[in-house]
Amino acid sequence: MRSDRDGLSVIVQVVARWTLVLIVVYGLGVAFFGHLTPGGGFVGGVVLACGFVLATLAFGGRAGPAAALHRWAASLEVGGALTFLGMAALGWTAGHFMQAWTPRGADFTLASAPFLVVLNLAILLKVGAGLFAGFMALVLFDRSTGGGGGRDA
Amino acid sequence: MGTYIPVFVALPLLAGFACLLLKGPAPRATPWISVASMLGLLALAVGVRGDAGVSFAGGWGVRLSGDGAFVVGIALVLDGLSRLFLLLVAVVGTASAVYALRYLEPEPGLSLFHVLFNLLVAGMNGALLAGDLFNLYVFVEVASLASYGLVAYRTGGTEVEAAFKYLVLGTLASTAILLGITVLYAATGYLNMADLSGAIGRGGVPPVALLFASSLFVLGFGTKTAAMPFHAWLPDAHPSAPAPISAMLSGLLIKTLGIYALVRVLYVVVGIDENVRLVLTVLGCLSMWGGVLLAQAQDDLKRILAFHSVSQMGYVLVALGIGSWLGVAAALFHALNHALFKSALFLSAGSLERVTGTRRLSEMGGVFRRAPATSVGLVGACLSISGIPPFNGFWSKLLILIALASAGQYAVAVIAAGAALMTLVTFVKVQHKAVFGALPARLEGAREVPAAMYVPVLALVALCLLSGLLWPVGVDGLIGSAASAVRAPADERPAASVYVETVHGRPTR
Amino acid sequence: MTFYALTLALAGVGIYGLLAKKNMLKKVLGLAILDHAVNLLLVAVGYRAGASPPILLAGDDPAAFVRGSVDPLPQALVLTSIVIGLGVTMLLVAMVLRLHQRYGTLDVDRMDRLKG
Repeated sequence: MRSDRDGLSVIVQVVARWTLVLIVVYGLGVAFFGHLTPGGGFVGGVVLACGFVLATLAFGGRAGPAAALHRWAASLEVGGALTFLGMAALGWTAGHFMQAWTPRGADFTLASAPFLVVLNLAILLKVGAGLFAGFMALVLFDRSTGGGGGRDA
Repeated sequence: MGTYIPVFVALPLLAGFACLLLKGPAPRATPWISVASMLGLLALAVGVRGDAGVSFAGGWGVRLSGDGAFVVGIALVLDGLSRLFLLLVAVVGTASAVYALRYLEPEPGLSLFHVLFNLLVAGMNGALLAGDLFNLYVFVEVASLASYGLVAYRTGGTEVEAAFKYLVLGTLASTAILLGITVLYAATGYLNMADLSGAIGRGGVPPVALLFASSLFVLGFGTKTAAMPFHAWLPDAHPSAPAPISAMLSGLLIKTLGIYALVRVLYVVVGIDENVRLVLTVLGCLSMWGGVLLAQAQDDLKRILAFHSVSQMGYVLVALGIGSWLGVAAALFHALNHALFKSALFLSAGSLERVTGTRRLSEMGGVFRRAPATSVGLVGACLSISGIPPFNGFWSKLLILIALASAGQYAVAVIAAGAALMTLVTFVKVQHKAVFGALPARLEGAREVPAAMYVPVLALVALCLLSGLLWPVGVDGLIGSAASAVRAPADERPAASVYVETVHGRPTR
Repeated sequence: MTFYALTLALAGVGIYGLLAKKNMLKKVLGLAILDHAVNLLLVAVGYRAGASPPILLAGDDPAAFVRGSVDPLPQALVLTSIVIGLGVTMLLVAMVLRLHQRYGTLDVDRMDRLKG
């Protein structure tokens, strides 16, 4: 009986390596261009988290690379949240909470609204790390003793 | 002027994430962070007295193009109604946070508890300040999710079962709310509550759609209030939570996500008419009697308190169903009082559990000498909920009866008075069994709880007494402005226009 | 209009699964179906037949863009709603895991420690 450690077969792992690159690039792209096209941090975070789920399934739960990142998940999540709050609070210097206080670039390019890009990045971290941490908590849930990692907020 | 409004949401969010950050390095500091953030909220809520304001996110105010096509504005709105509940959240939140300092053991999950606690408060504040329907929905979900996690905090079989049931019913309610929002958006194209009320007032929504949306809102927010047919989650969820969370849930959550949302959506956005009022009255009568009757069969003190929460919310619903300014004022006054005395009751129940080792009334008795401070707190809170003057419960129930009688709803008034009598009977029994009476042999060695646990209860009871003694001042000031934000007292201006003025800064009619 | 009715029917399927089924995992799936159905309805509300995606290119006229494109607001709302639904489902599954560990069964009828 194959356990969680082993992951899936070699073919799946090879294919997963390629698709993971695509998934990560797609997620980052959707997130960073969220001020120009539909998407933004939420969608990017969900796509990235799905990439992590794929990595966990293909390469194994407890011994896979995803488990090693689990330690950083809480810090990344909090980092994302605090970045968002910080950027919004800095808006007070320009007049209103959450006012876009960064300088603007040319229209319809990536740099046209750096404020939104940073916000999207913060949300990407928060959603991606949060969903990933939750998923890993479920994977690492040790049924014999009653719970390894707790579910973070 | 309205620029500090986002702090109500940002401060507990910041505190929550700080707790998460400190989970590894300094977990023992997290309870203090919660206390600090609650005190900050209290200072802010007291400091905003009298001001009403709007904070548009990002500073994007209302912008109408030439042909009136675009209205942009994600707003946080602070008016009299929000201010009342913000103050309540801060007061009960402070009491619960201080209580939790000593009630909860320094176990590994403690910092996560405080993360969720702060997120719960952030969600409630956000819901109170939201100026558009969708933000209201999102913040309601934030607070609800935090509460599902907090109910399951002890992760024993019964707690997780209770949290499961609560989650399922709560999500059904939230889905109903989202459906209602969808219907209204499809009909008008607005999400901003001020603009929605204008569109509905101009007749822009077909009556069938309005009826459908209203029923969905009553279903959704009524479940959050634990009104009688939808109350099934409360008797399991509130007792299973740790005592400070029970206080937050019964004292705050069913009011901010339930009563406040009902008032805001039904009175301001959709507009009260006879059908909605009838539904509110019926739900209220069912809740009043259902709660007290079902509480009779219980032995567990916290379950009795939970059932009585259902009953007291029935009073508020019945008063809201009247539709007059006096009715709204009476309802809000009773909601305020209930928040104070119910949270005091739940915190006392937690203290009693610590003193006697049990939650069952049949196994308690006569702890008055062993635990005097806890006993005084419990007795004071019991007197408040029973409606004994000069405590606040008496005045708010009286005001509700007066409002009912002046609107001609004598039958409902009789029903309400009867339920009040049953409540009195129940709590006399509770007091006798828990505090007075003979001390069982096994409780000879019982000791008083730490000061951090009885001081918040005594403070809440003192506030109950104060609210009861000063109620004419209170009704004129705090409650009055809250009710006036919803229902014009004397002149015949439609209620919604007051809100619209607050948001847009100019009269619309 | 039939599309809306079908979506509501899908939501009804989800509610049925959530409330009537005894197996906890089926309840979780019912909740997921309900969430997705409501999100689908919300996106469908913003749809305009024959319209273009809501991407404003350089040099487009904003007024014509508004008239000729799909409404982007429900899309933004649904993004939030999907993530909320995901969080709720995750929390629910965690509770199911814990309950299975405690009671050894996924059948709701056998978990009766809480009295009525």
